[in-house]
Amino acid sequence: MIDTPKIRLKGLHKQFGPKLVLDSIDLDIMPGESMVIIGGSGSGKSVTLKCILGLLHPESGSIKVDGEETIGMRQNDRKRIQEKFGMLFQGAALFDSLPVWENVTFGLLASGKTRRRDAKDIAIENLRSVGLSPDVALLSPSELSGGMQKRVGLARAIASKPEILFFDEPTTGLDPIMADVINELITERVKEMGATALTITHDMSSVRKIADKVAMIYKGNIIWSGPRNDIDNSDNAYVEQFIHGRAEGPIQMEVLKT
Amino acid sequence: MNFLAVIGRITFGFLQAAGRLGIFAATTISHMVTPPFYFRSLIQQMMTIGYYSLPVVGLTALFTGAALALNIYEGGSRFNAESALPTIVVIGIVRELGPVLCGLIVAGRVSASMAAEIGTMRVTEQIDAMSTLSTDPFKYLIAPRVVATTLMMPFMLVIVADIIGVMGGFLIATGKLGFNAGNYMDLTMDFLEIKDIYASLTKAAVFGFFISLMGCYHGYYSRGGAQGVGIATTNAVVSACMLILLSNYIVTEIFFAT
Repeated sequence: MIDTPKIRLKGLHKQFGPKLVLDSIDLDIMPGESMVIIGGSGSGKSVTLKCILGLLHPESGSIKVDGEETIGMRQNDRKRIQEKFGMLFQGAALFDSLPVWENVTFGLLASGKTRRRDAKDIAIENLRSVGLSPDVALLSPSELSGGMQKRVGLARAIASKPEILFFDEPTTGLDPIMADVINELITERVKEMGATALTITHDMSSVRKIADKVAMIYKGNIIWSGPRNDIDNSDNAYVEQFIHGRAEGPIQMEVLKT
Repeated sequence: MNFLAVIGRITFGFLQAAGRLGIFAATTISHMVTPPFYFRSLIQQMMTIGYYSLPVVGLTALFTGAALALNIYEGGSRFNAESALPTIVVIGIVRELGPVLCGLIVAGRVSASMAAEIGTMRVTEQIDAMSTLSTDPFKYLIAPRVVATTLMMPFMLVIVADIIGVMGGFLIATGKLGFNAGNYMDLTMDFLEIKDIYASLTKAAVFGFFISLMGCYHGYYSRGGAQGVGIATTNAVVSACMLILLSNYIVTEIFFAT
């Protein structure tokens, strides 16, 4: 029996005015799989993620979650799908006006699934699972370092025990050691929860640590996808150039030379 | 440059903005009257908007009432009409100056702060994060602010502004201009009609709605980092002030045009 993909993208097309961002994205992510999308800045990674999350609306194409078409979905159905999602944003996107514990349990409190008096304990438990001590719960997000903010963001993403986790550039702006800590945490938590994960990044050490499968996006199309171990033998000049970080190759950066 | 093309572009831009604002207002109203309601957020906003605006609104009303009394006394003395001072002060403050000045002060204070707060949340992806946590930003962020401002303006701020404004006139009239306190109060109460109070409170509610709507609208659609938030804040205050002055005329016409 063939499993239904957890997420299936078919012919996804998105443009902003005359600027084409996604040409025709086709991608399947199977249940329990950790898929990492790589690609340069402006290649369409974030837009793909935001289309799946329902934050942007594609002009055409199909996005299926557990076999259910999400484009054009009614608001109540969209909310039901949304409850399957957890997301770690690039800048953590913690709510400045709330203390850390309320940030972590925001989704649970807002949906009424948790009572306020129980929320702090749940937050502390989730903070522990990302290596943060209970006293962090009472701090404000502005009092945390970048690495701590990412970990609180991760705790918030996993607090409602979602089926699908999204990570947007999880290691950007972190030192290599903290980046590895975050990669490690992501791998552990995703495995422990049995969740499906979709990460977008251009950090190759994240790819090697997090990914089961890798897809490369270039000019709004998936130009290569395969298991993580095949990425070094992809026979694809674009992938080769990207993973080795070479300036010379088929990918030309738009840099004006004087 | 083609002159007609310029006119067309401006007209198209205006219609687009008006349509977007209309949809935003309709969405806000629908979220104000449908559950879930975030009472905690509503009470917090009522405190911030109502209670914390009291000192500045009170001081503005006090000095305006006092200055109005001086002006009317001096102007009225030119045709022996000094005795009309209490009547003109109470009608001027309750019908016009109380709600309008209070509206403009609150627009500067509240509309700017809403645009800055929501704008910063937009550019730091906090609003996107809220959506991924199955929480509608219209319900959690916008509806409580609009409801709070629409209630606090008439039932706290403008009532206080009207009373303190009349008191400012009373203090100057009795303390400096030689009016008898009892007579002054009798004249004030005799000439104040219930219709004046209804008009004052209606204006206050309408102004409150526009103040918060403009703050939330410009913040919600802000883009481009710190500069974008700055532009949103300025636009929020300017558009709120314009709508206050325009709607002031319309409500006055509805209540008092013969």
